Amino acid sequence: MDILIAVGVLGGLGALFGLVLAVANRVFHVDTDPRLEPLTQCLNGANCGGCGFSGCGAYAQAVLEGKAPVGLCIAGGDECAQKMAEIMGVKAEKVARQVAFVRCAGTTARDKGVYEGIHDCLAATKVAGRGPLICKFGCLGFGNCTKACKFDAIHLENGVAKVDPDKCTGCMSCAAACPRKLIVPVTFGANIRVACASNARGSVTLRGCDIGCIGCFKCQKICPKGAIRVEKNLASIDYALCDQCGQCVEVCPRHLISDSNLTPADSGPAQKPTARVQ
Amino acid sequence: MSFTSIVAIALGAILTNNFILVKFLGICPFMGVSKKMDTALGMGAAVTFVMTIASIVTWAVNSWILVPLNLSYMQTPAFILIIAAIVQVVEMFLKKSVPTLYQALGIYLPLITTNCAVLGVALLNVQENYGPVESLVYGFTGGLGFILAIVLFSAVRQRVEESECPESFRGFPIALISAGLLALSFMGFSGLKVF
Repeated sequence: MDILIAVGVLGGLGALFGLVLAVANRVFHVDTDPRLEPLTQCLNGANCGGCGFSGCGAYAQAVLEGKAPVGLCIAGGDECAQKMAEIMGVKAEKVARQVAFVRCAGTTARDKGVYEGIHDCLAATKVAGRGPLICKFGCLGFGNCTKACKFDAIHLENGVAKVDPDKCTGCMSCAAACPRKLIVPVTFGANIRVACASNARGSVTLRGCDIGCIGCFKCQKICPKGAIRVEKNLASIDYALCDQCGQCVEVCPRHLISDSNLTPADSGPAQKPTARVQ
Repeated sequence: MSFTSIVAIALGAILTNNFILVKFLGICPFMGVSKKMDTALGMGAAVTFVMTIASIVTWAVNSWILVPLNLSYMQTPAFILIIAAIVQVVEMFLKKSVPTLYQALGIYLPLITTNCAVLGVALLNVQENYGPVESLVYGFTGGLGFILAIVLFSAVRQRVEESECPESFRGFPIALISAGLLALSFMGFSGLKVF
């Protein structure tokens, strides 16, 4: 008899709470689009913010509401864009792959003193003299970018951050974390890159670093396409004109125009997704 | 049931017998969602709400249904049922009204169901023979103690995250060590008495 009472009481309680939950479910019901789940699954869930939204969920929601086009997920690349386009019933164009690039190769950059503060790039730039380096532009090497990377694609090598282009998804979380704004996106496969960010005069740059850009104009003069311009003592490359002939790499007296191991064939044509979702 | 006893219960639940740092109940969300202070606050608020409601409902169910029917041995399953239902309501509420917090809490939100601090407060109420008001106060202040502990700890963790620490201690090892030190500091409250 006792056991029946126990069963009855607990069963009754269960039924009562079930009823309460059913009512609560009605009251707190949230309408979700059935496409939201597969859309979110297309994205890799790293919440890197490369698309410009706060996270993968927020981007999927924006696509559903027609506020954002498919294919903004840089980390997911072309495959992800095509899958999302399929779900949304639109056509996505091929998305060119971009990777991050650190505009500093100053592994031999000289220090002006010993920094003993918090092990953090931003903290180092806040102390008097803006950190331990003589160069006001170079990589401090405390690894804020390494901490920010969700894909394990950027590491410190000899005190300077270096991107592993195979792992890099181009989300640019590292760029946001860099207080010296050293990290820029480049097309995957662009061989010719200037590994320096120093706008200082040549003599000033020389004081702190053996391989910084001194603005000698040699690359600008030799470039047959006119793709290199030296502005503010620093060479910059216009990728719309550059055909990657490599003459600048040879002529640079500081050997800072880098020749990476990527080939143009590895990346698609540089195109932005144009298909708008309405 | 005097005012003094209420104050004594509150002080005990928040400081001397803090659920997390002295009784070691509910450690899972304490370690899991203490990386950022705002999520820690959200988690603390959710747990406090569940603990308060759970303590009063379990008191009612225990003294009006289970004890008169001689079913005291069914306390644990009945309490778990009540807590699960309350957590489910909280989850629905958060999903509807604070979706960002809902996503930040993630798996730890349904895990409040099996949070031993919540079940602990229900069972301790019975053990200590607390009345309805005392149960309510004990549940609420126990939740406040949880908030205090998790918010303090999240602040410590944010500081630790910024600072240099040996490679092998990074992440959870140093978090566990700082939790231990925080618990040690709460030992200082033992012996604190009201009147």
